[in-house]
Amino acid sequence: MTSVMVSRIRRQQIAQLIADGKRLDGRGLKDYRSIQIESGIIGKAEGSARVRLGKTEVMVGVKIDVGEPFSDRPNEGVLTTNAEFVPLASPEFEAGPPGEESMELARVVDRGIRESKAIELEKLCIIPGKKVFVIFVDVYVLNHDGNLIDASTLASIVALMNTKIFKYEIKDGEIEKKPGFSPLPLRDIPISVTLASINGILVVDPWLDEEEVMDARLTIAFSKDGRICAIQKGGSGTLSPQQIIEAANIAKEKSEEIREIVVKS
Amino acid sequence: MTEKIVLVNEDGIRTDGRKLSELRPIKLEVGILSNADGSAYIEQGKNKILAAVYGPREVHPRHMALPDRALLRCRYHMAPFSVEERKSPAPSRREVELSKVIREAFEPAIFLEKFPRTSIDLFIEVLQADGGTRCAGVTVASLALADAGIPMKDLIVACAAGKAGGHLVLDLNDIEDKEGEADIPVAYMPSFNAVSLLQMDGLLTIEEFQQAINLALEGCKQIYALQKEALKAKYQAIKESTEVTEEE
Repeated sequence: MTSVMVSRIRRQQIAQLIADGKRLDGRGLKDYRSIQIESGIIGKAEGSARVRLGKTEVMVGVKIDVGEPFSDRPNEGVLTTNAEFVPLASPEFEAGPPGEESMELARVVDRGIRESKAIELEKLCIIPGKKVFVIFVDVYVLNHDGNLIDASTLASIVALMNTKIFKYEIKDGEIEKKPGFSPLPLRDIPISVTLASINGILVVDPWLDEEEVMDARLTIAFSKDGRICAIQKGGSGTLSPQQIIEAANIAKEKSEEIREIVVKS
Repeated sequence: MTEKIVLVNEDGIRTDGRKLSELRPIKLEVGILSNADGSAYIEQGKNKILAAVYGPREVHPRHMALPDRALLRCRYHMAPFSVEERKSPAPSRREVELSKVIREAFEPAIFLEKFPRTSIDLFIEVLQADGGTRCAGVTVASLALADAGIPMKDLIVACAAGKAGGHLVLDLNDIEDKEGEADIPVAYMPSFNAVSLLQMDGLLTIEEFQQAINLALEGCKQIYALQKEALKAKYQAIKESTEVTEEE
C-alpha cells in the first residue's frame, strides 16, 4: 500500500534489463550498493550509528535503562527494538502510530540480533528476577530508497558495537552509579542480506524502484560462524525452493563481505 | 536456571511421542459458522484455530478500495485465554507482523483481479495455541477461503520444520518452538511448487536449512491431502443429507 508509483514503462524497463543481467542503476545483479558507516554520532545516546546504503539512510540510537526482566528469563537483560518511519524520509510516510511495515522492520532487525545471541543478555542482569539492563534499539529511517531491513540491521549492530553501559554498585538493594563506562558485551555481529525476485530472477540489495517491481523479497541474516540466524520473506509473490537455496548461498557470501566492512569501520 | 528439557530421546522420539518427521494429529472441519461467507476449524495437536472469510464485499472505509482488484485484509489474532499467561486482546506487534505475512502468503493464490473495488476479509482466531499457530492458521484459512467460493490458483498449505534437541524435526510443538534451536514456518502452493511464506528464527547451517525446508514441504504435501479431504467431506455430507430427504 505504501507504494511510490512506478510507471508501467519503467517497470518493463527494470524487468527487461534484469533479464539481460543488468540494472537501472548500473549495478550487476549481485552487487550491493556502497555502504557508508558512521558511529557514535549522537552523544546523548549510549550507542549510535548512521548507515547509508546508496541513497537509503538509517540512524539508530541505543538507550539503556534499568527495568524488570521477563518472568521466564529472570537472569537476562531485555532487548527492545523499535522502528520509526519518520515522515521526512519519504513522501509515502505519514506521522502517526506505527504501521505494519515499521513493525515488521523492527521485528526482523530484532530477530537477527536476538537469534544470533549477539548481545550477551545474561551479563546484563543486575539483581536476578528484579533488576536488569533494558537495551532500547530505536531505528530511525531518514531516507527511504529501498532495502530498509539491511540498512537498519547494519546500523543497529554498529550502534550496539559502540554502546557503553554505566558502571554501578549495589548498596542495600539499590543501584548506585559509579564513574566510568564499560562496553556492551557482544559475542556476534549478525549481518542481513536481502534479495528481490523480479520475474523469477534474484537481485541483491533492491533499491526502491526494484522493490516496487519485485514479486517477493527474501531477507537472510547470518551469524559470525556462517549460520543462518533469521529469515523473512516479504511481498505478495512466491519463490521456488531452488530460488530460496540459491538466495541463501548468495546471501552468505555477501554477508561475509559486509561483515568485513563493519569490523573495519 | 531450570534443567534442560530432553526434546528428543535416544530412540528419536519427541516429547509428545512423535517421530522426528511425523505431523501432529490434524482435524479439519469446513463450514462451521453460519454468518461467515466461508469458515473452517483446525485442531493440530493442542492448537485450536477458527478461520472465517467475509467477502468479496463493499470496502469500508471506501477510500481503501482498489480500482483493479480486490483488497485482501487479514487479521491473525490470539484469544486472551489461548496461552498460559493471559494475552492482552489488543493486537501485539507479533500479531500485526503475522497478519502481514499471512496476507502476503495468500495474495499470490487468490484471483483478486476478478473482484475489483471489493474487499475480502480473512479472520484467523487462535483459541488455543500450542506452537505453529501461523502455519495451522494458514492451512485453515485456506479452507475458509475455498468454502467462501473465492477462486484460487491452489490451496495454500503451511507447516513448520526446525531443529530441536539436536535433530531436524517436522511440525514443532510449543516446547520445541520455545526450547528448540530453530523454527522455519513455510507456506506452499503444491501445484506450483511455490513458497509464499517463509520465516526463520534460530541458528542453522545452510545444509541444515536446506534439509529443513524439504522436510517442511513434505509436511505441507501431507496436510494438502487432508485439506482436500475436508473440503470434499463437507459436500459429501450435503449430498448424503439430500439423498435422505429424497427417500422420504
